[in-house]
This record gives sequence, structure tokens and C-alpha cells, in this order.
Amino acid sequence: MSSELPVLKASDFASDQDIRWCPGCGDYSILAQMKKMLPDLGLPQEQIVFISGIGCSSRFPYYMNTYGMHSIHGRAPAFATGLRVTRPDLKVFVITGDGDSLSIGGNHFIHMLRRNVDVTMVLFNNRIYGLTKGQYSPTSPEGQVTKSTPMGSVDHPLNPISVALGAEAGFIARSVDSNIKHLAATLYRAAQHRGTSLVEVYQNCNVFNDGAFSYAQDKATRADTTLELEHGKPMIFGKNRDKGVRLNGLRPEVVDLSTGISHDDLLFHDEQADTALVHILAKMRHPEMPEPIGVFRDVEKGIFEDQVRGQLNTAVEKKGAGDLVKLFASGETWDVE
Amino acid sequence: MSTDTPPPVQSNKLVEVVSGITVRLAGDSGDGMQLLGTQLTNTSALAGNDVATFPDFPAEIRAPRGTRAGVSGFQVQFAAHEVHTPGDTLDALVAMNPAALVTNLSDLRPGGLLIVDEDSFEAKDLKLANLSTNPLEEPWTENYRLAKVPMTKLTRTAVAELGLSMKEADRCRNFFAMGMVYWLYGRDMDATMRFIKAKFSRLPEVQEANERALKAGWAFGETTELLGTSYQVEKAELPPGKYRNIMGNQALAWGLMTAANLSKKELFYGSYPITPASDILHELCKFKNYGVCTVQAEDEIAAVCAAIGAAYGGSMAVTTSSGPGIALKAEAMGLAVMIELPLLVINVQRGGPSTGLPTKTEQADLLQMLHGRNGEAPIPVLAAQSPGDCFDTAIEAWRIATQFMVPVVILSDGYIANGAEPWRVPDIAAMDPISIEHPTEFNHGDEFWPYARDRNLARPWAIPGTPNLMHRVGGLEKQDGTGNVSYDPDNHEKMVKTRAQKVANIARVIPPQKVNGPESGELLVLSWGGTYGACHTAVTKAMDAGLSVAHCHLRHMNPFPANLGEILSRYEQVLVPELNMGQLRMLIRDRFLVDAIGYNKVQGKPFSVSELLDKICEMAATESNKLCESKAG
Ligand SMILES: Cc1ncc(C[n+]2csc(CCOP(=O)(O)OP(=O)(O)O)c2C)c(N)n1
Ligand code: SF4
Repeated sequence: MSSELPVLKASDFASDQDIRWCPGCGDYSILAQMKKMLPDLGLPQEQIVFISGIGCSSRFPYYMNTYGMHSIHGRAPAFATGLRVTRPDLKVFVITGDGDSLSIGGNHFIHMLRRNVDVTMVLFNNRIYGLTKGQYSPTSPEGQVTKSTPMGSVDHPLNPISVALGAEAGFIARSVDSNIKHLAATLYRAAQHRGTSLVEVYQNCNVFNDGAFSYAQDKATRADTTLELEHGKPMIFGKNRDKGVRLNGLRPEVVDLSTGISHDDLLFHDEQADTALVHILAKMRHPEMPEPIGVFRDVEKGIFEDQVRGQLNTAVEKKGAGDLVKLFASGETWDVE
Repeated sequence: MSTDTPPPVQSNKLVEVVSGITVRLAGDSGDGMQLLGTQLTNTSALAGNDVATFPDFPAEIRAPRGTRAGVSGFQVQFAAHEVHTPGDTLDALVAMNPAALVTNLSDLRPGGLLIVDEDSFEAKDLKLANLSTNPLEEPWTENYRLAKVPMTKLTRTAVAELGLSMKEADRCRNFFAMGMVYWLYGRDMDATMRFIKAKFSRLPEVQEANERALKAGWAFGETTELLGTSYQVEKAELPPGKYRNIMGNQALAWGLMTAANLSKKELFYGSYPITPASDILHELCKFKNYGVCTVQAEDEIAAVCAAIGAAYGGSMAVTTSSGPGIALKAEAMGLAVMIELPLLVINVQRGGPSTGLPTKTEQADLLQMLHGRNGEAPIPVLAAQSPGDCFDTAIEAWRIATQFMVPVVILSDGYIANGAEPWRVPDIAAMDPISIEHPTEFNHGDEFWPYARDRNLARPWAIPGTPNLMHRVGGLEKQDGTGNVSYDPDNHEKMVKTRAQKVANIARVIPPQKVNGPESGELLVLSWGGTYGACHTAVTKAMDAGLSVAHCHLRHMNPFPANLGEILSRYEQVLVPELNMGQLRMLIRDRFLVDAIGYNKVQGKPFSVSELLDKICEMAATESNKLCESKAG
């Protein structure tokens, strides 16, 4: 079927609306990579729907020449669930921010993941509330001074990857706004996954939280501070690919490969691994450890809307298509002349 | 059906013909009183009586046994004429224990029949009911016809051969009571026998035991002198057709399914359990082969949001709840207003505020539904008046929602939801289809405008998957026509007014308001929702007594019917009875500058006919007060 479709370009996915993010915002890059990646899916624009919550990032649907819904704060997963259940023919993306999905929408976030609705969710994590002008968010580090935490935040931050693992999500990945090749590839893989796929993207809010992820963004440092996960490959990183990660008991540790430690001693990445290993990866944080980017987990499991619709079909097979006339006449009835 | 066949055993005793009976069955919440009541209702309806019911149960699933807090009751009125309420005072009360007796006795009319299980009036039972003496040994019993029946012992004897445990045997006690009640009112046991067979098909001894208990109860009535006369209630004259019994929540579910069918839509139902709305979810879940897609969401917010997502996709979308859950849905309902999609939001009201009285009825969410959102967010509101009427209300609401591209609210309440009445089975083939168009082409030159409007001011319902019509909806204000985000002040005001006008336009398609009674006169009783039965009955009685009273019952709460103001102006006084502190009255005063008088009750209980009648007499009877006392009472 796709062979009959005209080949679409990134620009075909751009809407005619002016983009209103602050100049320099990481959101631009994510938008660009999304537009660049979408043609590879081979889907026409009308089959794609972007649903977002509220926040800077959630303005995203207006900028896409697809169907879209800019909904209410934190609830995009619920809208997406309803849409997918009734329209499994559509490809649905959810666009959300760290405040949107982990604060007000935390409940819906975990429930979409555990149900495994076939939706690709892109979580723009800038560790701040952008749209409301700079309050701390659930991912802000302890002690962060913001407009609402003049003496520093006292909340322990949430780690979106750990939360997603807790909800037994089937596909979990992380990327960085400025690492555009990696970002496009990760978005593509997420969109290809059947079931809920979550991509956390480190996104720079240069106005309210500039540089929160500079270690992972800067070309100069990122090779040493991030670890690109590759399925079946040993965990090696560093500008000169001279560092590795191995397990010491249940703790990961960085080792210097120039000292003769062989690749076989390192941790090998397994996207289908038991979640315990993935939890170890999720917990690896800068500066003690390199922060993993790429696909943490990719496993298939039953999809919510398939099962909901499957029950509808099974019911028809078992009982025949419903007939209201018969239903109304069933049970105890009587006639009045 | 077997409705025309006489009861299996013809009574040899005196039979008194009466026009109607009101009976209440009361016992511990574990005693099966709701089941007993439902069976009596069905059987009475099958016998051709008109029926109305009032189940009343504690909020606790298992309140401490035998205590006053644990009493569960089921009241049913069945009659040879149309009835609209479960009745005011009881002709008979069946009390399974002392707690049930003391909490219900005040509703039994003097001289009424009181049947008790005397086996459950032991010292320990009295203590549980917080009684120091045995009420059965006190002089008040002379005011009633007291039948002390050793129900527990008789039931145990009846099932003795089956080898059940004592506990299992005692569980059949409600069927023994049912047997007595069936004898008393000449009810056919067939339907209940079929019920027992179906319900206990996997437990043959239990099935047998319940059948025996039922028959033993009947035989007890026939053979002892204790219950005295039995009663016969003739068939009611109802409009011809096929009938069945229906409960309010069931009728709502069936109405939704019918609306989906008439509009050729799949029904998507997003909900989160809450009393008294949950039974709609339970009912709809059964009908997956009708293409009913139900999702039990993680909370009420997710439920309504999922429904809106489904509506965006082109499905018939419904969400239900009760007041507290609706409060959570408010923000999403505002979004539905902004994105102008059809959606049904059903509120089965209960006593509030907050968790309030979850199992009791109230009408106090009218203003919540009308105004409980931020910004100017008008939503049409319809109110069902009785269990059967829920069916029609659901269909009309969906018709309006799709014709005007608006979310629509349906108000029901706990009293309607759990009440039952005979329902004339409609002829689906004769119902008007609900036609819905999803555009497939540009509507503005070589562009698609998602907010272009038709003569109803409705916008086109273009659905994802349609080539070339890609568009974005959302809660930010939209430029009329193009649907682009717009902060233009004039556009915002225009859109606010357009959305309001769209709702106001609905008054053009709803039927003019009808009045029951004289065209003009001394008093108009204006009511809405579940108080229909009590108001209708009270006004009818008052009219029969010669008072100048008429009754106007509203289904359309927003917008009001176009002729309502004119109707109100024809009467000297307007009385607005409501199970709240005066919410409709406030709207009427505001909208029509009419000095409406409120009659308000917030006790978690429906109106009784007599209290309304008293109020009507007080207001309308100038020199006919005596007439009122003599005839209406
Ligand atoms: C119900 C509700 N509460 C609060 C807000 C205000 N609000 C809008 S966006 C936002 C936080 C957004 O933060 P985030 O999700 O991190 O997105 P960002 O703007 O940083 O992209 C808040 C609190 C709202 N719109 N709705
Ligand atoms: S406030 Fe921050 S997140 Fe929002 S647009 Fe500006 S830079 Fe981007």
C-alpha cells in the first residue's frame, strides 16, 4: 500500500502556523527531528494524530500538518487511549512535558504504560515548568532554586525511566534534543514499536533552566557523560571509546579499558532483559556514571486496544451481532391489549 | 407468558379486591430484601399491575448485622391504575428483625398489616437493635394487624431434608417471606421459580431449598389464620403494547445503545465506578456484541477524557458519574465545549455535598451541571423523570449533541436509577434515525475550516483519517472559521457568544412545554427530574379535589423550552418543589422575574405525595380548604 503513496518530505508535515517557542528552545529540535522522521513511517498525514497536554511542549500539535488535539493539563494519555480504542487504524503520538506527565498527569501516565496502549509518547524533560514561567518540576534536582523554591527544592526528583519501568512499560528510551541523529533514530524506533513507547528527551529550556543537561548536550562533553545503548553490544563510552561499564556485585562501575579489561567483562545491553538490569541502567546518573541514552527496553506484550476490540469480536462470534429488538423482548415481558 | 394463568394453588380464603397496595420489605442488609423486592415487582408487573419501586439501602456493604444502621428496605406500590410513586404510607410492612421494625414502623398506616419474624426477636436481637424491651409485647401493636410468624423455624423445617447447614438454611428465609407475600397478594410464583432455577442452577440443593421455602411461605398463608384475608389487585389499564420492567440505570444503558444504533455509531463508554451510577457500566459491559466498547478508566478525569478522544475519532462517546466524579470531569467538559464535539455526560445524582449520602437521592447538582465550569461554558442539560423515561432522554440527548456539536448533560438521580416501572417496549424500526455527516471535502475554497458553521452554528465533525481535512482542536481559543489559535479580544467575545447562541438555538428544536391541568389559574407546580411521580400524583389529587392547580414538569433544563416564560405568566403563583435548597427556583426567578415559591427537602428521601398535597392545599385553597381536607387527603 505504501508504495502507492506519494513520498512525503519533512516539510509536508509542517503546518502553516507560526511557531511561538522562545528562540533557542530545545523544542525546535525535537519538532524538526519528528518532521524528518515521520516520512520514514510511510503513513499519510491524515492517519497521524498528535495529542498533547498543556505546557510549552504541548503546543506541538499546532505545528504539525496532521490531525491533532491540544488537550488539558496532564490528561493526554487518556484522550489517546479513547481515540486508539475506537480508532486503531490511526497512528497516535502523545506529546508531554515533565510537569504535564509526571505531576498532574502522573496517574494517567502510569496507567497508559501499564495498559500498553499503542501510542508513542514523547516526554520533553526540561526539569522545569516552562509555560508557567519557571517553577520547579517533579524532575528538578533537590536544592534547585526556582521561582517557587527560593531556598531550594526539597522534593526528591522522579526519574521518568524508573517510573516507566515500575509501570512495566514495553518500550522505554531516552534521547537528547541536540543529539539530532540519535534523536531521530530513537523517535523512529519508538514509533515502530507496537504498544506504548516512551521516549524521554532531555530538552533545554534556555529561558528558565538553561544548561540543565549541558553535560549531555554539549558536543565537547557528551561522549564522556552519556552512554549510547546498543542491543547486544558491550557498554562502552568515551570520546576515545576507552571506558566501559561493568557490574560489581549489583553495582555498576566505570572501568578504564586501557588497563586491559576485556569487552567480555563489561555489561552487555539487552533490550529484552529482565527489568532488574534495566533498573540499574535507569539509576545511572551523571556525574557518578555516564547517563544511558537510546533504547532501555523493547519488549512486546498484549496491547490494550487489541484486547478490548478482541473481546468485542469474541462476543459477536459467541453470541452473534446484537439485536436490540431481541434484547427488548428478552426476559419477562407481558402484553397489554 | 404465564401472566394470565392463575396462581398454582387457588386460595380458599377470603379475597378482598383493592385498587392498589404499598408494601415495604425490611431486614438486615444481608437478608436479601432487595432481591425479594425486585421479584415482587417483576411478578406484579407481569400480573398487569402498574408498579413503582423505591429501594433504600445503607452505604455500608455489610453494616453490622441486626443493627439499625444495617437495615435495608425495598418498597413497592402496585396498582390497578397508573402509579407514579412507590407510595406514601404502607399497607403492609414485613420486618425481618427488631431493627427493621423500629426504623420502618412509622410509615405503616394505622390498621396496616405488620408481619415479623418472631424468631429474630430474641434478647440478642433486641440488644443489636438497641432496644431494652421487646417491642412486640408493647401496647402499640394494637394499632396494627400484627402477624408474628416463626419464619426462621418454619424455613428450617421446610428445607430440613436437604442437609444444608443451618446458615444455608436460614438464608432461604427471604424466600419464605416472599411466599407469604405472594399468597397475600395472589401473586403467581412461576417467574420467581424460574429465577431461582436460573440463579442457583449450579447449586441444586440450594435451588431446591429456596423453592421449598417459597412454597412453604405460600402454604403458610393459605393454611393458618395469621395473615387473614388475601388481596387482589386488578390489572392496570396501560396503553396497549408489549411491556417489561425496567430500572432507571438499565433504561439509560439501553437508550444509549439505541441512540448508537439509530446513528450507526459505535458506542464508547468511559467510566469510573461510583454509586449510584455504576450499574450503567455493569449493564453496558454485557453488550460487547452490540459493539459497545467500555473502558473502566483510572479515574473520572480519564474516563471523560477517553470519551472525548473517542468523540474526536468519530464515535458516540459517553461518560457517567455522580456529583463528586462530575466535579472532577469539569475541566474536560469545558474542553468539550471549546472543541465543539458531541459528548454525553450523565450525572446520576446522590446526596451531597462531597461524599454526602452516597446511597440516597437528591437533586442538588442542577447548578453544578449548568455552571460548574470555568469561563463561559454553557452546556445543554436534560433531566429524566422516571426509570423508563431515561431511555428516551438518552436518545434525545444524543440527537441534540450531534445536531449542534455540543456536549450534553443528562441528569438522573438515585431514586430513578434504582427504581423500576413497567416500560412499553418501543418499536425501534419506527424511530427516526439520527443522521450524522462527517465531511470529506474542503468547505472553504481549497481549504478546510474546522470551525465553519451551519445554520445551527454547529461546526463540521471531520474525523482523523479523512484525507486533506487535517486540523487541530484544543482548549485555546480558536479563530472562528479557521480554527487557528487566536487571542484576538473581539474574536473571543464572538466565540463566547456563538457557543452560547448555539445552546440557545436548541430551544428551536425541542418540543414546546406541556402543562397538565388548566391553562391558567391559581397555582402552577413546576418540577423537574425524578420528582415527577410525586408532583404529578399530588397535583392530580388536588385537581380532583377541585383546586385550581396545574403541573408543568421540565425535561429541558438548559435551554428552557421557548414557551416556558409565557406559561409561568398565566398562573397567580408558582410552586417549585425540589430535593435541594431551591436551584430551579433560583433559575426561574432569574430568567423570568417570577416570584416562584420553593418547597424544598434535603433528607436524602423523595417527596411523599401527601406532603406535596399539603403544600398545594396551603397555597391554592382559598375557600376550598375544606374540600382539600375532605377529598385530597
Ligand atoms: C489544571 C491546570 N493546572 C495548572 C495549569 C498551569 N500549567 C500550565 S503548563 C504547566 C506546567 C508545564 O510544565 P511542563 O509539563 O514541564 O511543560 P513545559 O512548559 O516545561 O514544556 C502548568 C502548571 C494548567 N494549565 N491547568
Ligand atoms: S519557556 Fe523554556 S520550554 Fe518554554 S518555549 Fe521558552 S525555552 Fe522553551
